[in-house]
Amino acid sequence: MSRENSLVTAQWVEDNLDTDGIVLIEVDEDTTAYDKGHIRGAIKLDWTTDLQDQVRRDFVDKEQFEALLSERGVSNDDTVVLYGGNNNWFAAYAYWYFKLYGHSDVKLLDGGRKKWELDSRELTDALPTREKTSYTATEQDHSIRAFRDETVAAIGVKNLIDVRSPDEYAGRLLAPAHLPQEQSQRAGHVPTSLNVPWSKNCNDDGTFKSDDELKALYAEVGIDDSKDTIALCRIGERSSLTWFVLKELLGHQNVKNYDGSWTEYGSLVGVPITLGDEPGEA
Amino acid sequence: MCGAKEGGLSLDGVNVAKEAVIQGQVLRGEEPVPNAYVRLLDRSGEFTAEVPTSATGHFRFFAGDGEWTLRTLAPKAQPVDTRVVAATGSVAEVQVLVSA
Repeated sequence: MSRENSLVTAQWVEDNLDTDGIVLIEVDEDTTAYDKGHIRGAIKLDWTTDLQDQVRRDFVDKEQFEALLSERGVSNDDTVVLYGGNNNWFAAYAYWYFKLYGHSDVKLLDGGRKKWELDSRELTDALPTREKTSYTATEQDHSIRAFRDETVAAIGVKNLIDVRSPDEYAGRLLAPAHLPQEQSQRAGHVPTSLNVPWSKNCNDDGTFKSDDELKALYAEVGIDDSKDTIALCRIGERSSLTWFVLKELLGHQNVKNYDGSWTEYGSLVGVPITLGDEPGEA
Repeated sequence: MCGAKEGGLSLDGVNVAKEAVIQGQVLRGEEPVPNAYVRLLDRSGEFTAEVPTSATGHFRFFAGDGEWTLRTLAPKAQPVDTRVVAATGSVAEVQVLVSA
């Protein structure tokens, strides 16, 4: 993958608002953002209800994902362009999710909703209508999804990239600073994990930094290109953005997102935890 | 309530005793700015969180004790940096003025 086939600019989106075969989808951390105004023609996916099983802690299964996209009018051969707030935090999560279920042509709007708004581009309240489709998903691609046992086994072996803020990594905060402080049983990080806050991937306006800047960012913390990589955060959303950077923009081969992330790891009994700003020993 | 100004964002449902709240409003002149983005940077200037402002220009963070910087981005305005100190059990109220 590369920047050319995984990212589109706000101008490209504006130029293609009426192009057939392109579906704009807004996915926001603030699930009401779409209702306050969205890019014309865009549909909404709610990450809390549409993309999560409502009983178990897991994603919707293949059949549920197929039913969801069929009902929203997305076809297998559509180009899906995702955007959202907060540097595309949850849009990147949805991107990873679409890849997990095998959608071939997915792109992110570089800068997401913030860039669109800061450019003073048009938002609308009008809801689009789309014909139902018959969407077919593949089985989940576990080459991009890590689970807890694999993460424990990766300590001291693979690149572990913890993308939370430095205070969460060190154990001084349990959750991002705009959310109430709750969640995992314990604070800290997985031993040997390197802290590269997800926000470092982006410019202030939400667009991704250049490939050279991104390469330098990961080289600086000592990522080992010869090893496989697992990215994690608190609930697997911010790390989707880092997964996107490493896998789709920089072309690293074996990169997984650990969606259980700190809320799972920090509640496991008996696993090692490191406190403080240093990665710690295996 | 613990330093919250009259007319500030409602603290209903927030356990102020356990949180170090930073909140406030973004204004252009006297008009609230509903489509601004407020970023919370830690003492080293590192990004910690970001929220869009509400329809009334309001925003809120649950931070930790210490010094923080709010960086506010709004359409057609230069970014504005505002220093703020947060402490558990209190509410730091901030008014951010962006250029007209």
